[in-house]
Amino acid sequence: MANYSTNEFKAGLKVMLDGDPCSIVENELVKPGKGQAFNRVKLRNLMTGRVGEKTFKSGDSLEGADVMDLEMEYLYTDGDMWHFMKTDGSFEQYAVEKKALGDTVKWLKEQVPYIITLWDDKAISVTPPNFIELEVVETDPGLKGDTAQGGSKPATLSSGAVVRVPLFINQGEVLKIDTRSGDYVSRA
Amino acid sequence: MAIDWQPSASIETLRERARLMAKVRAFFAQRDVLEVETPVLGQGGSTDVHLVSLHTLARTDKGQRRLWLQTSPEFHMKRLLSAGCGPIFQLARSFRDGEIGARHNIEFTMLEWYRPQFTLDQLIDETATLIMSLLPSFPGPLVHYRYRELFHTYVEVDPFTTSLDRLRAIAAERAQMPIQSLADESRETCLDLLMSVVIEPQLGQQELSVVIDYPASQAALARRHQDVDGEWVASRFEIYLNGIELANGYDELTDAEEQRTRFAEDNVERRRLGLPEVDVDEYLLAALEHGMPEGAGVALGVDRLIQLALGKARLEDVLTFSTPNC
Repeated sequence: MANYSTNEFKAGLKVMLDGDPCSIVENELVKPGKGQAFNRVKLRNLMTGRVGEKTFKSGDSLEGADVMDLEMEYLYTDGDMWHFMKTDGSFEQYAVEKKALGDTVKWLKEQVPYIITLWDDKAISVTPPNFIELEVVETDPGLKGDTAQGGSKPATLSSGAVVRVPLFINQGEVLKIDTRSGDYVSRA
Repeated sequence: MAIDWQPSASIETLRERARLMAKVRAFFAQRDVLEVETPVLGQGGSTDVHLVSLHTLARTDKGQRRLWLQTSPEFHMKRLLSAGCGPIFQLARSFRDGEIGARHNIEFTMLEWYRPQFTLDQLIDETATLIMSLLPSFPGPLVHYRYRELFHTYVEVDPFTTSLDRLRAIAAERAQMPIQSLADESRETCLDLLMSVVIEPQLGQQELSVVIDYPASQAALARRHQDVDGEWVASRFEIYLNGIELANGYDELTDAEEQRTRFAEDNVERRRLGLPEVDVDEYLLAALEHGMPEGAGVALGVDRLIQLALGKARLEDVLTFSTPNC
């Protein structure tokens, strides 16, 4: 991979830091009145998801990381690995470990496209679509009446996630959920 | 791919910018400070080790000459002062290669002014008055800090007496960088790093902060004097608002020999670091030999001040066309 110097650091650039692939979030030149220039750089570690700040001397460089984001549909799990297939028509499949799947495990639904982040061709993280439609498999019986009334109750969805839903929602209904917040949006 | 030819700033912002620039000119007109326009190109450049000058080649009646794009209008303005022009100000396009970011642009506008017979304190007051007159609301009072005191408060070290090894360790830790990358760095670099990463963000919050008594090694084109603790310090100040450095003022060095020595020292340091040497401005040195009146001068990053006055996130939000989209 190519090396990138601090003045090429831009949000989204993938670089290697201490052995882990990282994505640059922010890069700011700091230069005291008459002194040497430094770069304060915010990086997201793509293995852990953690964001940290580092300082580099201006002109220092980091090795680029062979990281790419690909769209893939979820197929199935065999218990150990979760299997996805590229949506580019190649039918190429990738197996994803539980660790890389992270919290996305509770938003899995077959045939839905996810963004898989690959580092050196190995899946390191899975990002669900912002909104997903899932069926309610378990919740208290719905309350009849004014659907605009407030109040909420827990509901277990087909993917295993538990979300707060309005009181009028019944088992078997399909709901639209915001995966970023885990909030109920509407009936699908 | 479509070419993004649009300006970096909105047209509305450019109207606001023009209004603020008119206020700057009115401020100085009211005080009988003459507006001047000096060349962007000069025979000499800034020898400052940490500034990267751009240069170009020009065919002149004296043959092909390497001319330097000025990193500030300082040298030309000092030649005017030596010629007896009295107090002057300038809104000058200045160039510093490689400086790009939320508060930097390679080509930028410097507001620089000189006040013969002014003390540093008088110039600090005038600078603060100008800054406050351009802000939409009162930023809080002007508060003075000594460089040493800031290090005691925020870093818990003494910038003059702490050993270099310890400064390197503290700077690496506080700036989140590996200690090896500071292994060869000077005392000044460690202090600069701590100043910009640890201290600066704390300055100018609900106040206008002015910092004085910088280490003598950071004097550049300022005089040096002994402070109340007996340390040699630079007779200069910097003003901060919202953690951003806005202005840098000097009690101006008028001694030609001392100035020649500092230029030469800069070029020695440039050779040591493998940086290109910069042509020393012989015109400036000749002007100082002739005699420049004692006084104080200050450079203010006017794009930054406009950025803060208009509440914009990035410098390019107040520029017509930022580098390199120009």
